[in-house]
Amino acid sequence: MTQFPTATDAGLTGCIRCCAVSSATDTHCTRCGAVLHPVSANSLQRVWAWWAAGLICYLPANLSPMLKTRTLGETQENTILGGVFELVGHHNYGVALIVFVASIVIPVAKFLAIAYLALAVGGPERAGGHRHLHLYEAVEFIGRWSMIDVFVVAILSSLVQLGFAASIHPGPAAVSFALSVAFTMLSAQSFDARLIWRGSEQDTV
Amino acid sequence: MSPLSELIACPKCDALHRARALAENERARCARCGTLLIEPREVSFLHVIALSLTAIILMVGAVFFPFLQISAQGLSHGSSIFGVAMAFSDGFLAPLALAVMLMIVALPLLRFCALIYVLWPLSKGAPPWPRAAEVFHAVEVMSPWMMAEVFIIGVAVALVKVAGLASVSFGPAFWAFCLLVMIMGLKNAFMSKGVIWRALGQ
Repeated sequence: MTQFPTATDAGLTGCIRCCAVSSATDTHCTRCGAVLHPVSANSLQRVWAWWAAGLICYLPANLSPMLKTRTLGETQENTILGGVFELVGHHNYGVALIVFVASIVIPVAKFLAIAYLALAVGGPERAGGHRHLHLYEAVEFIGRWSMIDVFVVAILSSLVQLGFAASIHPGPAAVSFALSVAFTMLSAQSFDARLIWRGSEQDTV
Repeated sequence: MSPLSELIACPKCDALHRARALAENERARCARCGTLLIEPREVSFLHVIALSLTAIILMVGAVFFPFLQISAQGLSHGSSIFGVAMAFSDGFLAPLALAVMLMIVALPLLRFCALIYVLWPLSKGAPPWPRAAEVFHAVEVMSPWMMAEVFIIGVAVALVKVAGLASVSFGPAFWAFCLLVMIMGLKNAFMSKGVIWRALGQ
């Protein structure tokens, strides 16, 4: 026996939404009616599927232009990284850092973190539940903030429409970047945090 | 069924706990992973309803009033929030226009209405209205997709980029939206989903 009995050990299924327990044969929570998900490593398949979809969208998001700026007849196309360099060139270091962190550091860190969490559940070496749970909560919290760059593009392209003098239009990368952020959010949501503990328990039994 | 209804399972680690009624200032955390399980806030329903109503009014204003305007060398151009979403409206970018509209206007509005629907009868101690559980479930599912606060930071970044190019003036919608983000934060502080689920279950 482990120190903490779990709902699964007791032949019950806990509801992730409202914490109530139902018997393992129920398909819906007896209190809130949500669909019950027994703790099972099968949910990792969904995590990996969304993860891969996010990665596939992330590549074109970085390679194709995010912004098309037209000033006095000259057209300039900027990728995400190009936009960061331009901000640095204008000595806007703070904003350059925000864009760099939101559109490059966070997405890459998220891919790595989700992959690490999903792999650690199945593997033999586990760092322990608390660290993994904190990592998971950080990933869940921070995911939406990557959308900043999509909004920046939307605001710039709707605002800067001064005809021949200057106009800004969105590039194809805006769509793939938004999709990439959405897919990684779904990937993080599909991950069942209870697996973190389930895995570490099976070692000690 | 009585022992089952006394038990709760931690949503983050599946540890079983026996729930008991807590006093006003008590909180229950999971013994294993520390996740907050029960946090009673009896007076909170009316606060959430009031803040949701405020947010709906602000959102309607934010959509229809002018948002931002730039001017440079005698030329000027303004945009509303609706115009911001419509920036993606041509060609294959069109679905993104819809997504942006959903994330910053439609989902927040829907969520405020849903919260009022769920909490109005509960605040008066009446039984919940039909399908309230499903509605509240939908509220929870859509909450990570509402990005009003992310949008405001996006506005700040965009303004810095424009600042060298033209002068910017703020419309009433901009201030309404800033206020809205603060109201949403306040409302989240008053809301305890555990309390709402327990009230819906009775």
